[in-house]
Amino acid sequence: MMPLLTLSWLVPIAGALLLLFVGNADGRRDGLIRWLTLGISLVVFAVTVALWVWFDAASASFQFVERRAWIPAFGIDYYLGVDGISLLLVVLTGFLTPIALLSSWGSIERKVKEFSIFMLALEGAMIGVFVSLDLFLFYVFWDAMLIPMYFLIGIWGYDQRVYAAIKFMLYTMAGSVLMLVAILGLAYLNSTATGSYSFDLLKLYALDIAPPAQMWFFLAFTVAFAIKVPLFPFHTWLPDAHVQAPTAGSVILAGVLLKMGTYGLLRFSFPLFPEAAAYFAPWLALLAVIGIIYGALVAMVQPDMKKLVAYSSVSHLGFVVLGICAMNTQGVQGAIYQMLAHGVSTGGLFLMVGMLSDRRHTRLISEFGGLKGVMPRLSAAFLIITLASIGLPGLNGFVGEFLIMLGAFRWDPRFVVFAGLGVILSAVYMLWMLQRVYYGTVTHEENATLPDLLPREWAAVVPLCAIAVVMGVLPTLFLKPMEASVDALVNTVQSAQQLQVRIERSERSER
Amino acid sequence: MPNTSLDAVVPMLCVVLAALAVMGAEAFRGRGEDMPLGGLGIVGLIGTAISSLLLWNRNSASFGVIVADNFGLFVTLVLVIVGILTIMFSSPVIRRDGLPKGEYYTLILFSIAGMIMMATANDLLVIFIALEILSLAVYVLTGIRRDDARATEAAFKYFLLGAFSSAFFLYGIAFTYGLSGSTRLDRVGAYVAAQSMSDNPLILVAIGLLLVGFAFKISAVPFHMWTPDAYEGAPAVVTGFMSTGVKAAAFAAFARVFLSALEPFSADWAPIIWLLAAATMILGTVVGVAQSNLKRMLAYSSIAHGGYLLVGLVAANQVGKAAILFYLLAYAVTNLAAFGVIALLGARDDANDELRDYAGLWHTRPALAALMTVCLLSLGGLPPTAGFIGKWYIFSAAVSAGYYGLAIIGVLTSVVSVFFYLRVVVMMYMADRDAALAMPARITGVGFAALVASIIVIFYLGILPTLALNFAAESIATIF
Repeated sequence: MMPLLTLSWLVPIAGALLLLFVGNADGRRDGLIRWLTLGISLVVFAVTVALWVWFDAASASFQFVERRAWIPAFGIDYYLGVDGISLLLVVLTGFLTPIALLSSWGSIERKVKEFSIFMLALEGAMIGVFVSLDLFLFYVFWDAMLIPMYFLIGIWGYDQRVYAAIKFMLYTMAGSVLMLVAILGLAYLNSTATGSYSFDLLKLYALDIAPPAQMWFFLAFTVAFAIKVPLFPFHTWLPDAHVQAPTAGSVILAGVLLKMGTYGLLRFSFPLFPEAAAYFAPWLALLAVIGIIYGALVAMVQPDMKKLVAYSSVSHLGFVVLGICAMNTQGVQGAIYQMLAHGVSTGGLFLMVGMLSDRRHTRLISEFGGLKGVMPRLSAAFLIITLASIGLPGLNGFVGEFLIMLGAFRWDPRFVVFAGLGVILSAVYMLWMLQRVYYGTVTHEENATLPDLLPREWAAVVPLCAIAVVMGVLPTLFLKPMEASVDALVNTVQSAQQLQVRIERSERSER
Repeated sequence: MPNTSLDAVVPMLCVVLAALAVMGAEAFRGRGEDMPLGGLGIVGLIGTAISSLLLWNRNSASFGVIVADNFGLFVTLVLVIVGILTIMFSSPVIRRDGLPKGEYYTLILFSIAGMIMMATANDLLVIFIALEILSLAVYVLTGIRRDDARATEAAFKYFLLGAFSSAFFLYGIAFTYGLSGSTRLDRVGAYVAAQSMSDNPLILVAIGLLLVGFAFKISAVPFHMWTPDAYEGAPAVVTGFMSTGVKAAAFAAFARVFLSALEPFSADWAPIIWLLAAATMILGTVVGVAQSNLKRMLAYSSIAHGGYLLVGLVAANQVGKAAILFYLLAYAVTNLAAFGVIALLGARDDANDELRDYAGLWHTRPALAALMTVCLLSLGGLPPTAGFIGKWYIFSAAVSAGYYGLAIIGVLTSVVSVFFYLRVVVMMYMADRDAALAMPARITGVGFAALVASIIVIFYLGILPTLALNFAAESIATIF
């Protein structure tokens, strides 16, 4: 058996190193480098698809496991594996990276080699985050991923890029270093319990942590993930980073990076500290619901398309967190489904907004109007993705939102009322933007001659629209592989939460 | 036990012989003749490295005051790396700035000899002598550019405050001797172990004075005042050398005195060092943010790194002791390489060490900018670099000793420090080059080789740290 998981992160990293040695003074070999990068990312995509094909959907355990001692003195292993929760996120990363690269062909003209190196390094680190089962390894990928993203925003971004890049880096780091302390604390607890250090996630799942300590650990992990999601009120880095990043960066940020936060909640916060999770879940859900409505309201008044899409992410990711907090089969499946759907549709929206901005060098809604007649193909694609994003039945957004609402209703119907409001608002701001940009008459003369989709852009947009439809029509295709793992996760967390009484009792005794 | 074996001094002897050879060669050098004096020094240092490796696990001692235990040998090896890199970075700088070559290398080598002595000394007086040997050489090195007013001022300041701290240290030794009747660490330890706290408050005075002396040398807040000026005024290579070598030697002696002889009193000194560590980390990073001169910024950053090392000392467990050693190694390579870049980018009449001098470096010297970025990310503690493993090791020591507060201060200050390291990266990558600035020199030859070697080591320690970690763990097994 090939070490598919190692390949999935190593191929892009090795590709980045390879590019380092391609001489490209004065951009002579830009074309070659672009094709080479695209080729490498397609190989990665093929590897991720191979994972999906050979994945055994009936099993809840980790598959394609690779394990080798790395730093034996501290029980740190090179330990990889995927289950139903991470599998499709890996595929999503493999799918979106070539599309993001395609989007950069028109817009990135300087320092193409360095851009490609950072994109590939980013892809490798992101996949690494999803496939690591050793907390130390996970943290290495988690932190290392910031470096290429920082450069992508800071060098190739728009006017405020430096500010946005630094803000992104510091915000995320501030959250993640506290998680580092918590990770060290967990390893230490494991050593007092079992006599040896270990960063093995499965061993740490089995660790029995006293409730007061669980609270602190849960908070340290969850704040790191909440910043990444981003959960209200930790979201302020997001509009800056998303808006200032180059199109390819925004696609990856919205498509994959944000999911690391919600993935972290599912993989670490809830199963590692189930009792604390039960205690904090209503609060998290409350923040999520505030984020849903707040993000939607702020999105509604944005004059800038990219900012609008950025705030819509805050709103949509709120749904994901709500589904996770519900911690029942429907909620969690819906959350994962929504993560995938949001990756596709918001990635697509950023992509197409980027295409408009490449042509007109502005992203203001008021600068556009009546594009439907000028660019029928782009309009059609934009329409599909917009409808997908607001959750029209038959497209990908609907399945996730529906499952989340169902799950949340079974848990606590009050949240659903407000979340439902968010669904309506999202229809309002998305359709309003669509109407102002694409319908009506052409209000600005320079828009009348804009070229429609180029073949390269076509190649980026079509797969996104196609997958949006497939995910809407054949949800079982995607729900099937996650089912067993989600059930197992929900069972473990819930059975541990039966013991929640322990928390209350300890609280009472403290008083 | 009388021991007349000379084994334990061999590593130090190699450097001393090299220094003497350089001195002799300089004396008999014909006018205008160019001699490979740096090469002589490197040969001596390689001799030190080989003899240290041969002495590994042998625990030999000479004259009862120099012990070549694994702990001392590990630090010696770090110092060898520091020495070799310093000499490699120095050679183009000496030629460019017209520094007195023979004196320069002699002083570097003698001060390394002093550092090795300090790392392997088992007697307070020998530590003091070593401290003076290395300090005197470094004072002169700081002011070796006699035509530079800033360098002279820096050297003078450094000398005055250094002398002051030596006095504290000596006073501490006097008290210790007065109490225990010996300056040998093993005898002091035996005496201290037999005492109970309440018996003799004088021992606390002795501990306090020794602590102040060490704190000066490792520039722990509030004894750091000399550092920014001395680091900024000295030639960049020398700054790199003293910020790593002096720190490594001083920490080795600090750890040896406090974690072996004075260990029984850890309940008294641990809270004080806790405070020092927290203050050092916080002040080093917070003030570092406000700097516009790169050398001064890195001076504050090296103060902060001293704070992280102190965390390992406070933790005082097995992890912490090994973490100090690993951190010293990682920090030495990274910091020297960063100062190496600054040194190599300077010019004879302009140090080129303001932040804005680095604007757009990426466009003119992409390889150099990339190498500098790796150093800065490693100093900031981002994976996959040596700095990350070092920080992780230090903080895991703090957590496993129950010092969660110190670990949290440490990780938060390292986020703040990333902010100022990134300012340099922003300058290099995201600012446009000021047309008025001279084109930075092309870096070739020995200097570039040293940089590339450092970067390889940084990544090696960051990705496959097992070997070095095991070495560090083995080093502390024998003495503490």
